[in-house]
Amino acid sequence: MSRGSITAEPPIRAAPPPTQEPGALGRYATGALFLAPAIILLGVWIVYPTVYTIVRSLFGQSGFDDFVGLGNYRTLFTTSRLLTAIENNAIWVGIVPAFVTVLGVIFAVLTERVRWSVAFKTVVFLPMAVSAFATGVTWRIMYQQDPSLGAVNALGRTFADAIHAPGVLASASPSTPSLVPQGGGLVLKTPLHPGGVALLGLTAIPPQQVPSGAKQAVAPTPKPGAIEGVVWRDFKPGGGVQGKVETQELGLPGVSVELRRGSKVVQSTKSKADGSFAFADVQPGSYRAGIGASTFAKPWGGISWLGAKLITYSLILAYIWIWAGFAMVVIAAGLSSMPRDVLEAARTDGASEWQVFRRVTIPLLWPVISVVLVTMFINVLKVFDLVITLAPGSSQNAANVIALAMWRESFGGVNDFGVGSAIAVFLFLLVIPVLALNIRNFRREA
Amino acid sequence: MAATATARAGRIPLSERDSVAAKIARATLKAPVHLVLVVIGLLWLVPTLGLFLTSILPAQAFTLKGWWQIFAKPSLATWQNYSDVFHNSSIIGSLGTTAEIAVGNTALVIVIGALAGYAFAWLDFPGRDWLFVGVIGLLVVPLQMALIPMFTLYDKLGIFDTVLSIVLFHAAFGLPFAIFLLRNFFVGIPKDILESARIDGASEARIFLKLILPLGLPAIASLGIFQFLWTWNDLIVALTFGQNVQPITVAIFSNLRQFGANIDLIAPASFISLIVPLAVFFAFQRYFVQGLLAGSVK
Repeated sequence: MSRGSITAEPPIRAAPPPTQEPGALGRYATGALFLAPAIILLGVWIVYPTVYTIVRSLFGQSGFDDFVGLGNYRTLFTTSRLLTAIENNAIWVGIVPAFVTVLGVIFAVLTERVRWSVAFKTVVFLPMAVSAFATGVTWRIMYQQDPSLGAVNALGRTFADAIHAPGVLASASPSTPSLVPQGGGLVLKTPLHPGGVALLGLTAIPPQQVPSGAKQAVAPTPKPGAIEGVVWRDFKPGGGVQGKVETQELGLPGVSVELRRGSKVVQSTKSKADGSFAFADVQPGSYRAGIGASTFAKPWGGISWLGAKLITYSLILAYIWIWAGFAMVVIAAGLSSMPRDVLEAARTDGASEWQVFRRVTIPLLWPVISVVLVTMFINVLKVFDLVITLAPGSSQNAANVIALAMWRESFGGVNDFGVGSAIAVFLFLLVIPVLALNIRNFRREA
Repeated sequence: MAATATARAGRIPLSERDSVAAKIARATLKAPVHLVLVVIGLLWLVPTLGLFLTSILPAQAFTLKGWWQIFAKPSLATWQNYSDVFHNSSIIGSLGTTAEIAVGNTALVIVIGALAGYAFAWLDFPGRDWLFVGVIGLLVVPLQMALIPMFTLYDKLGIFDTVLSIVLFHAAFGLPFAIFLLRNFFVGIPKDILESARIDGASEARIFLKLILPLGLPAIASLGIFQFLWTWNDLIVALTFGQNVQPITVAIFSNLRQFGANIDLIAPASFISLIVPLAVFFAFQRYFVQGLLAGSVK
C-alpha cells in the first residue's frame, strides 16, 4: 500500500543526466550488464517458447512437416474430453473467484475487531503455504466414500442416520426357502393359525453385525390363541441343520416382526434378547408372519465425492479451502488502511452498520476486491496440481480442465504436441485481457 | 432490530466505555462472532489434522475406520510409517532433490531479479520503459506455453531429466514477478542516498552491492520465501522434465494410483513434504504476507 507515495515520484522522467555521466553508449552498456542474465532467461525460457508454441499449434502430431492450419483448434473444440475440460473450467471460473472473494470479505470483516484474529488468520491462511499436491492427498482422505473412512461422509452419516435409521440386519438373508422376500422385508410362505409357531431363520450375518446382547435362541412352544416365534441366526459353526434352532445359535434381538392378515399388519412387535417374540390374542383365521422392511434398511452408503458426477465441485471446494486465506489477508490489509473518519462520518449521519458496509466499505474496498477477483481468475484458469492429485484416475476425464488437458494431450499418453500446443495457446488467449489490464495500470501509474 | 442494537453498542459514549457493564454488553454481543470464527477455524484445521493422524495410523487400521478412530484408541498411534519412509531411499533422495531445486531456484531468481530490478529502477538507459512493460506482459504467460518447446530443446541439448533444467525453467517463470516486485521496492529507496553515492564516485556495481541489496532486504526476503515455496511445492514442472530426477511431490505422485493400499507411505511422505513449507511460513510469516500484498495490491 505504501507504493502510493513511491509512484508519486516517477523515475521515468528523471532530470537530464549531469554532463560528467557517461553518454548513451555507456548507459546502454551498464544497463545491458545488469539486465543480461534476466533477458537471456526470459528470452530463452518464455519468449522463444511462446513463439514456438504458437507456430507448433498449426502443425500435426508428427511435427513441422505436417501443416494442419487450424486443425488442432478444431480438434480442441470438437473432441468431447477436451470440450469437457473447457466446460469444467467455465464452472471453475464461475464459482471460485466469487466464492473466494465473498469468504475473504466475510473473514476479514469478522476478524477485524476480534483480539485473537491473528490465530484465526494463521489457521485459514496455512493451506496457502502447503502444496496443492499435499492438499490433494489431504482431501482425498477427507472425501473417501465409505462413511467409516471419509470424514465428510462420516459427518453426512450422522445426519442421514438421524433422518432414516439403518436396520439392525442390513445384510441378512433367509436360511430356508420357507421365508420369502416381500416388500423389502421377509415373510413365511406357510400361513399360520392361532397356536402356531413362526421360525424365522436368517443367515449371512457377520459376527460384528449381530446385535449386542444376543443370547442363545430358544425354539418357541405352541400356545393356544397366540402365535409364538423366534428370529435367530441360523448358523452353527461347524455345520448344523437349516431351519432348526440349535445350541450355539444366537437369537436376534430388536428385529421388528409383523403379523399380517391379507395385506394388513394386525400386530407388530420386537424380538427379545433370545430372539423370541409372541403375538397374543390372535383371532381365529389365517395369518402370515414376517420381518418388516425397516430391519433390512441399508445404512447410508455415503456420497461419491470423487465420482464422475461430483468431482468438479469437490475439487472446487478443496480449492476454495486453499485460497480463502489469500483473499482474507489481502482484503484485511485493505480494510485496515481504510480511512476511519469516512466510516465514522457515515455512522454519525445515522447510517446503520449494514448501510455503512454496503455503501461505504465495499466501494472503498473495490480496488482490492477486484485484484483478488483477477488473481483468482488467472489461478483458476491454470489449475492443475490439485486436479491431477485429488481426482482418482477413473474420474480424471470427468474432472478435466484446460491445463490438465494440455498436459495429458502432450505428455500423458496421447503425446500429440500439436493439440497440446493449441490448448496452451487457447489458455494464453484467455489470460491476454489480464495482461492488457496489467500493462494499462502500469502505464497509468507511470 | 438486532442490527441497530449492534450499531448502538458500537457507539457507546467514551465515558461509558470502561464500565464493567459496557464491557459485558459488548462481549455478549460478540459471542456469536467468536463462535462462528471457532467453527470456521476448526473446519480449516481438520483436513490437515486428518492427514497427520492418518500418517500415524497402521495401514490396516485405515481400511476399517477413518483417522478419528485414534481419539477412541490412542494406543494405535505409531511412528512406524515415518520410520519406514525414512528408510525408503527413493523418498529420502527425492527430498534432497526438492531441496536442491528449491534452493537453486531461489538463489538464482534473487540474484538475477535484483540486478534487473535495480536496472529498471535506477539506471537510465534508452528503451528502459518498453522493456519493463514487456516484463509486466510476461507476468501472466502460463508456463504451459513453454512446456512443449523446452521439452524438445532440453532433449536436443541433452539436459533433459536434470536438476539444472528444472531450476532454470522455474527461475525464468519466477523472474517477471521478481523483477516487478524488486523494481517497485527499489524505486522507493530515497533518491538522495543514491545521488550522493554517485557523486562520491561509487560505481553502479558498488551501489548495488553496498546500498541496494541491504536496503532491499525486506523485499528480497519476501521474494525468496515465495520462490522457495513455489518450487518446493511444484508438481507440473518436475513431472514434465524429470524422470529419474524426482522431487518429493513427483515421488509420492507415482504412488497415488493405489491410494488406499499405499496410504501408509502417501500420508507420512505428504506430511513430511509440507513440514518444510510450514516451518518457512511460520518463521517468515511477516515477509510472506508483505510479498503477497506487494504482488497483488495495486
